Amino acid sequence: MTHLIDIKGVRHAYDTASGPLPVLDGLELSVDEGGFCAVVGPSGCGKSTLTRLVAGLMRPDHGEVWLHGQQVKSPRATVGMAFQNPVLLEWRTILKNVMLPLEIVPGGLRGKAAEERARYLLALVGLDGFEEKRPSELSGGMRQRASLCRALVHKPDVLILDEPFGALDAFTREDLWQTMHEVKAQEPFTAILITHDLREAIFLGDQVVVLSGRPARTQHVMTIARQTAPSLDDLYTPEAAERLNILRHEIEIAQGRAPQTAPEATA
Amino acid sequence: MTGTLRKIAVPALAMLIFLALWEALVWINGWPNYKMASPSDLWPAYVRYWELFLVMGWQTLWRTVLGLLLAIVVGVGIGMVMGFSRTMRDALYPLLVGFNAIPKATVVPIVALMFVGAHDFNTVLIAFMISFFPIAVSVSIGLSTLEPEYRDILRALGASQATIFWKIALPKTLPEFFGALKVAVTLAFIGTNLMEIVSPHGRGLGALFDSGKTNSDYPLMFAVLIALAALGILLYYIVVALERVFAGWAERQPG
Ligand SMILES: Nc1ncnc2c1ncn2[C@@H]1O[C@H](COP(=O)(O)OP(=O)(O)OP(=O)(O)O)[C@@H](O)[C@H]1O
Ligand SMILES: [Mg+2]
Repeated sequence: MTHLIDIKGVRHAYDTASGPLPVLDGLELSVDEGGFCAVVGPSGCGKSTLTRLVAGLMRPDHGEVWLHGQQVKSPRATVGMAFQNPVLLEWRTILKNVMLPLEIVPGGLRGKAAEERARYLLALVGLDGFEEKRPSELSGGMRQRASLCRALVHKPDVLILDEPFGALDAFTREDLWQTMHEVKAQEPFTAILITHDLREAIFLGDQVVVLSGRPARTQHVMTIARQTAPSLDDLYTPEAAERLNILRHEIEIAQGRAPQTAPEATA
Repeated sequence: MTGTLRKIAVPALAMLIFLALWEALVWINGWPNYKMASPSDLWPAYVRYWELFLVMGWQTLWRTVLGLLLAIVVGVGIGMVMGFSRTMRDALYPLLVGFNAIPKATVVPIVALMFVGAHDFNTVLIAFMISFFPIAVSVSIGLSTLEPEYRDILRALGASQATIFWKIALPKTLPEFFGALKVAVTLAFIGTNLMEIVSPHGRGLGALFDSGKTNSDYPLMFAVLIALAALGILLYYIVVALERVFAGWAERQPG
């Protein structure tokens, strides 16, 4: 069976002044086409390193990263990235910021078509009317929405999100979760989302992967069947509470704060 | 409309008050014009020597600008090398700082002796030497402090280093670059004048100043100082105008 994203036995270490620092060790991860994989793990365990490997910005010391049945060896124009820092360019308008990837990727839309595509996405995330504004004129949540549009504008197969909502307040964050579901209904993509918010992980992910402490390996995988677009109320059901409980426990194990036994409840 | 009027009227008024105070100071103290010339002494000097002022002013101007352009090319080049490579930064930084620390007044006679008679070349060289340092430093700092995410959003799409430089690194460094250019333009001007004053048979406003000195024409010396100030203001505001055009986005929005 092939997946859109396949990470097999990945091991990686950084060279540091005090010798090699093993960051990933025995990482396994598969995401089906259209899947949404949320990745949680202790701080500094190697989550951002994982995103850089999937994006082809780095190559692992050992193991393989496959996208669409091709081994990732260098960056490819079929990914879109968004980070905690929205990194919008102040000398461009919001519209021009969103259009940036189209100027880079081979065969990207040009001219009027490019502009229409960007306007369509901005409207989709609720930013119509802000096309000609500068990034500094927008709130943090709006900037993150614009950053999301930029990540999607060239119709990437894979969306890589590294704690994109991490710096936002709770209400803005919940708004953006719902926006994510709305966008996904219109613009199909396969996503890897790094997050430290367990509620975010179960609300957005159809798969939640818990990584162990550094060096990170896949410690636990939770699958969440999802038929319809969820509402925030779903986070307050008994099933959701149980899932959060399991994940919380897994994180404690990953942090080395709990013995390695599963809680009584099962998903 | 009232805004532009204000922008011109306020500094013009300030300048008039400054001239009036200066005139009053000289008049009250009863200073002879070899001690301190007053603004009313300068006017006759300009009227008498206006042709010289135009010719010499132009000499000073073009050599300053040429030296500055050279400083921009070399400074940006060095800044790029130091900004992109840590090793080069570690290697070049102490050298640059040492070079910059040498008082240029000591270099001027050396250069004047090294290339005797090459007056234009010497002047441009000194203007360049004195002004490239802030440009190199600002460009290298601007490039080396670029957050990795900025690079990554383009690199993840397969963009080349050159594309990343043109689309992100260069524009992001422009505000720092113009900040440095404002310092550099004044420095280049100082460099040009140092050489013009020291070099024998020199040209430019510095040489005019020197001839005022040898002929004990004190109003002429003061008139040169004011002409230099005017040229300095002109060059500075040209840089400010360029900054508005190319890095105006970096200006803080009021409120
Ligand atoms: N380029 C690098 N060189 C050396 N060490 C690095 C480098 N990048 C990251 N590290 C180290 O590797 C470890 C994992 O980094 P990474 O950024 O992948 O973690 P993370 O899980 O994303 O952390 P966080 O939860 O803080 O976002 C950290 O200890 C970090 O200090
Ligand atoms: Mg991280």
